[in-house]
Amino acid sequence: MKPLEKFENIREMTIKNMKDHLQIRLGGKPFTGKRDVLICQGTGCLSADAEKIEDAFVAELKKNGLSDSVSVVRTGCFGYCQVGPIVIIYPEGAFYSRVKLEDIERITKEHLIDGTPSKDLLLPESLKEDGTIEDFWHVPFYNIQKRVALRLCGLVNPENITEYIAFDGYKALGKALFEMKPEDIINEVKESGLRGRGGGGFSTGIKWGFCSKEKSDQKYIVCNADEGDPGAFMDRSILEGDPHSIIEAMAIAGYAIGADKGFVYVRAEYPIAVNRLQMAIDQAKDFGVLGNNIFESGFSFDLEIRLGAGAFVCGEETALLNSIEGKRGMPNPRPPFPAVKGLWGKPTIINNVETFANIPQIILNGAAWLQSFGTEKSKGTKVFALAGKIENAGLIEVPMGTTIRDIIFEIGGGIPGGKKFRAVQIGGPSGGCLTEEHMDAPIDYDSLTELGAMMGSGGLVVMDEENCMVDIAKFFLEFTVDESCGKCPPCRVGTKRMLETLTRITEGKGELEDLDRLQDLATNIKASSLCGLGQTAPNPVLSTLRYFKDEYIAHVKDKKCPAGACVELLEFHIDESCKGCTKCKKVCPTDAIIGNVRELHVIDQDKCVKCGACIPVCPFKSIIKR
Amino acid sequence: MKKQIVTPERMAKLSACLEVNKQKKGGLMPVLNESQKIFGCIPAEIQKVISKELGIPMAEIYGVITFYHQFSIEPKGDYIISVCMGTACYVKDAQKLVDEVTAELGIHHNETTPDYKFTLMATRCVGACGLAPVVIVNNREKGDDVFGRLTVKGGEMKEIIAKY
Repeated sequence: MKPLEKFENIREMTIKNMKDHLQIRLGGKPFTGKRDVLICQGTGCLSADAEKIEDAFVAELKKNGLSDSVSVVRTGCFGYCQVGPIVIIYPEGAFYSRVKLEDIERITKEHLIDGTPSKDLLLPESLKEDGTIEDFWHVPFYNIQKRVALRLCGLVNPENITEYIAFDGYKALGKALFEMKPEDIINEVKESGLRGRGGGGFSTGIKWGFCSKEKSDQKYIVCNADEGDPGAFMDRSILEGDPHSIIEAMAIAGYAIGADKGFVYVRAEYPIAVNRLQMAIDQAKDFGVLGNNIFESGFSFDLEIRLGAGAFVCGEETALLNSIEGKRGMPNPRPPFPAVKGLWGKPTIINNVETFANIPQIILNGAAWLQSFGTEKSKGTKVFALAGKIENAGLIEVPMGTTIRDIIFEIGGGIPGGKKFRAVQIGGPSGGCLTEEHMDAPIDYDSLTELGAMMGSGGLVVMDEENCMVDIAKFFLEFTVDESCGKCPPCRVGTKRMLETLTRITEGKGELEDLDRLQDLATNIKASSLCGLGQTAPNPVLSTLRYFKDEYIAHVKDKKCPAGACVELLEFHIDESCKGCTKCKKVCPTDAIIGNVRELHVIDQDKCVKCGACIPVCPFKSIIKR
Repeated sequence: MKKQIVTPERMAKLSACLEVNKQKKGGLMPVLNESQKIFGCIPAEIQKVISKELGIPMAEIYGVITFYHQFSIEPKGDYIISVCMGTACYVKDAQKLVDEVTAELGIHHNETTPDYKFTLMATRCVGACGLAPVVIVNNREKGDDVFGRLTVKGGEMKEIIAKY
């Protein structure tokens, strides 16, 4: 038997064993009497008792003798974290949201025994007007999404390799090893137009091409899973929900450039992701898709996890490599690029988790398939983490070129509390802000750079009218100042000076010249910093200066914060509606409120520390900030 | 005092970990990660052992430890007593609470008791000014306990400490 046949035989066997589940979960087949109960075990739902919910389901099934006909499947993140913990029951695709422990007995009885879903426990949007149930993937949150990197997140059990294999897992590796030459793979990736999803946006295929041309006795594949942007959790979710796709992709990359050793560098703050990935690596080795002479192809590939230790700069590729080598995680000047001289001086490919997650799909479906969505220069999809002032926070994946309006209003459900949209911060500490006028701009690498923002790793933080843009810029700068490694002065000293200036402005001590100073400093820091951290650190300031200059001017000239967020610029006052109930007076920690019972109270501005303790206790809403 | 950090059992764990990582390229990071987990910190005497086993100079190890946020040389206590020193608490005499802890336990800001039970921190505003003055006691496993509206008449911190 040829090696490929052997490989295919094992795959077929697995698929046969999984056939019921495949049919149940992929839909389109009549009800066979069997059901799958999928329970999200991503970090978000886990923090809301998802584990106990799983145990409770297992116990209920046992109690009712359903253990044979109903399977409980733990999955990775569904992305709709806002409504977690999430339970999906197939084949109906019934979407139970915000599931509570006490609901489980009812769901078991009504849905799993009697066959009538407990409609009032479902996500309200998943009920159609005629009372029938909308399939989970067709509720508004998912409707315009296109899942490539997140394909199996929420569809398979990440702790079970057979589920991955049943859903076309390791098929791409088989195809690569037995039907393609290394250069074919590189060409396919190049042609697909895939660009680095970690932020830089460099062509993945070209990078692989550089590395494959290098002659060396040893090459390495490294996966960058040191996701550190505040508000970004796409890499974590992929590792938690579909770790095998990363292993498969890294093995394919290894075959393409001639590397037999890979490292996944994960931040230590992701214990669940690390666990699941280690489990997946062990299973892949047992199964023979990782290790020596994979399916007698003559190709060997070994994979090891290395943990970070809490340094944001290690997300920069040369710093990351230094950290794997056991050094201080500081960046090196490039060139030489890692593709030429990387880990221990050997040619190294380093790609982000999401980039790797695309690879098996490209190999299986071809470059033209990925080309079919996206914009002219940005192909495929992008995962975004939606957060901030938005109804549906969570993880989404959309084709490149989707507009911000669609993301925020169609998928995200808009701004809560009827507040007005102000801006969206995209790309974390290296990105920038986009405003109302950019709502219909298609999001891709180039359009974002043009607008002064950046794709970054894909964090999207939505802000409403109560957010002060100067304060936001200051927040991100505080982060970069904390995380600057200190190697190059522009970043170490420059960002600190910028932060001081911004702090002055938010405290009402700024002057008009400060704005020019900020602009100057920012431009210089961008031009002269050693690595990506410093080169992008001024972006939040530059983009807010560009789009919200009037707000900066209000801070320095009028000493006012229009959004009412910068405490130092606020004064608390009591208006005429005060009935003199003395509640505020009692709660004030500094005795700044003066007034007798049933008389208008006054706040002594010299004593007031603007802590806001008086506002919630006032029954007449008489205390105003201005 | 040393007994608390370095025990034969923990040293055995460290040697096992060193054995696994000795031959590995770039084994220092996994060893440090593991040491931090085993001992709760990586003091000089542990660094010495690692240096000898891995053949890496102490200075370099020290450099790596101080670079990463998750590694620490000094151990922290099981309970971290944070006294809020934000303006609202400060004007409500939070300093007296700090002094009381110092008198009670003999530790100042950012110091730990010899039995590694308590660490004292004077923190920035915790955002609970309505409860001023505020003290938060944190334990890694048990989470936060918040004590607010303290009267600062004396004896309160003693009572709080006695709870743990």
